Amino acid sequence: MKFFASIGQYIMLLWRVFSLPQKWKIFRRQVVNEMYSLGIMSTPIVAIVSFFVGAVIAIQTALNLAGLPAYVVGFATRESLILEFCSTMIALILAGKVGSSIASQIGSMRISEQIDALELMGVNAASYLILPKIIGLVLLVPFITIFSITLGIFGGYVGILVTDFIGGNNFIEGIQMNFMPYYVAYSIIKSMVFAFIITSVSAYWGYNVKRGSLEVGKNSTRAVVMSSISILVFNLVLTELLL
Amino acid sequence: MITARHIVKSFNGKVIINDISATFEEGKTNLIIGQSGSGKTVLLKCLVGLYDADSGEVWFRDVEYNALSTKEKRLARQQIGMLFQGGALFDFATVEENVMFPLQMFTGMTRQEQRARANVCLKRVNLVNANKCMPSEISGGMQKRVAIARAIALNPKYLFCDEPNSGLDPKTSILIDALIKEITEEYNITTIINTHDMNSVMEIGDNVMFIHNGRKWWEGSRHDILSSDNRELNEFVFANNLAKKARGLM
Ligand SMILES: Nc1ncnc2c1ncn2[C@@H]1O[C@H](COP(=O)(O)OP(=O)(O)OP(=O)(O)O)[C@@H](O)[C@H]1O
Ligand SMILES: [Mg+2]
Repeated sequence: MKFFASIGQYIMLLWRVFSLPQKWKIFRRQVVNEMYSLGIMSTPIVAIVSFFVGAVIAIQTALNLAGLPAYVVGFATRESLILEFCSTMIALILAGKVGSSIASQIGSMRISEQIDALELMGVNAASYLILPKIIGLVLLVPFITIFSITLGIFGGYVGILVTDFIGGNNFIEGIQMNFMPYYVAYSIIKSMVFAFIITSVSAYWGYNVKRGSLEVGKNSTRAVVMSSISILVFNLVLTELLL
Repeated sequence: MITARHIVKSFNGKVIINDISATFEEGKTNLIIGQSGSGKTVLLKCLVGLYDADSGEVWFRDVEYNALSTKEKRLARQQIGMLFQGGALFDFATVEENVMFPLQMFTGMTRQEQRARANVCLKRVNLVNANKCMPSEISGGMQKRVAIARAIALNPKYLFCDEPNSGLDPKTSILIDALIKEITEEYNITTIINTHDMNSVMEIGDNVMFIHNGRKWWEGSRHDILSSDNRELNEFVFANNLAKKARGLM
C-alpha cells in the first residue's frame, strides 16, 4: 500500500519537475554544471572499473576456452561489455555514487528550508533543482557508456597481453567479428533510461525528507537501494523490448 | 494588509494551531510571540502558504490566497519576502549571488544592475566585504543579515520574519529590528515577525499577538503589554529577572 502511495507521489513530483524552466539562461548553465558534477566527475571510477572488469572477463574467457577457437575471447569480451556491463553495471555504480549525493544534497536543502525559500520566492523548486540533474546526466551518459566500452575492451586487450593464454592478434580479431552496431545503440538507450531512473528516484527520496538530518541519511540509502532495484527491473524489461 | 480567519493546523492528529484569526496591518510591524514550540513557525508558514491549513482562510488585501491557481500563487509570491528561522541561504551560491537570485529569476535586470541592487541591499543590512563568501564561511548572524537582504531585494509588499534576531548579539539584534521597522514604514510593507525576544517586542511591537497552546491568547500593542493581567502572558513577559525588576515585582 505504502509502495503504491510512493509511486503516486513520485509521479506527481515528476509532473512538477517536467515543466518549462522559468529562465532558460539559468537552466542551460545548470545543465552544464550537472553534466560536470554528476557525469564528468564520475569518469575516474567508471574508467577504473571498466578497465579491470574488461581484463578479468577476457582472462576468464581465455582460461575456459575448452577447445573453442581463440577469437571467441575477444568476441565474448566485447559482447558482454556492450550488452550488459557498460550499461547495467556502470548504472549500478552510478546509482551508488550519484544517487546518494543527489538525495543528500536535496534532502539537506529541504531541512535547512532552502526548498521552502525557493518555493516562497515563486520558483518551482522541484523543477529548478531536479530537472537539470535529470537532463544533465541523461545527455551525458551515452558518452560515459562509450567511454566505458572503450576502456573495457582496452582492459581486456591488456589482460590478454599480460597473461599470454592467447595471442593479442586473436583478441583483436575477435573484437572485430560480427559487430552489431545495434547492440551499442541498445546499450546507450538502456544507460539513458538508467540515468533517468537514478536521478529522478534519488531526487524523489531527497525531496521527500521531512525533518531532521537523520532522515537525510536514511533517505539517501533508500535512494541508492530503490534506484538499484529499479535499474535491475528495467534492465529485464528493456531487454525483452529491445532485443 | 493580511487577514487570517479561523486557521487550524494539525500534524498527525495533534492540533498545533487552533482556530486563530488575526489582522496584520500595513506599514506596521506585527509581532507574533509565544514560547518555543507554541506554533509560531507553523502559523507563519500557514499564512505564507508553505503549509496548507486544515481549515481557515488567508487574505492578502482582497485576494484569498488558497483560491489562487498554482501559477497565480507563484506570481503573488514575488511580492513576498521571507526570512527563515535558519536563514535558508542557498549553499550553492555566494552571498552576493544569494541576494541576486530573486532578481535573476524575476526581473529583466542585467548582471550589473542585479549586482548593484544586491550591494544596496547588503549595505542596508550593514554587510560589506562578504560578497564573495559562501554561506558556510560566514557567521550565523551574518547569514541572517544576508537572508534579510535577499528578502528585501525585490521590494516586497509583505515581509515575513521568523525570529530575525535569534542567535544575534544584542547590538546587532537592535540594528536588525530597527532596519525591519524602518523598511516596513518606508515602503508601507505588511510585516509579520515571529519572536520570543522581549527586547524586540518593546522596541518595535506595533501590534503584538501572543499565542499559547496553539490559541490566540492575547492581542495588543507594546504599550499595553506590561500592564496586562493575562496570567500566561505575564509569565512569558516577566520570565527573566530584569523584566520583573522593571515592573517592581522583585
Ligand atoms: N512538519 C511538522 N510535522 C510535525 N510536527 C510539527 C511540524 N512542524 C512543527 N511541528 C510541531 O509543531 C509545534 C510547534 O512548532 P513550531 O516550530 O511552530 O514552534 P515555534 O513556536 O516556532 O518554536 P521556536 O520558537 O522554538 O521556533 C512543535 O511541537 C512541533 O513539534
Ligand atoms: Mg519557530
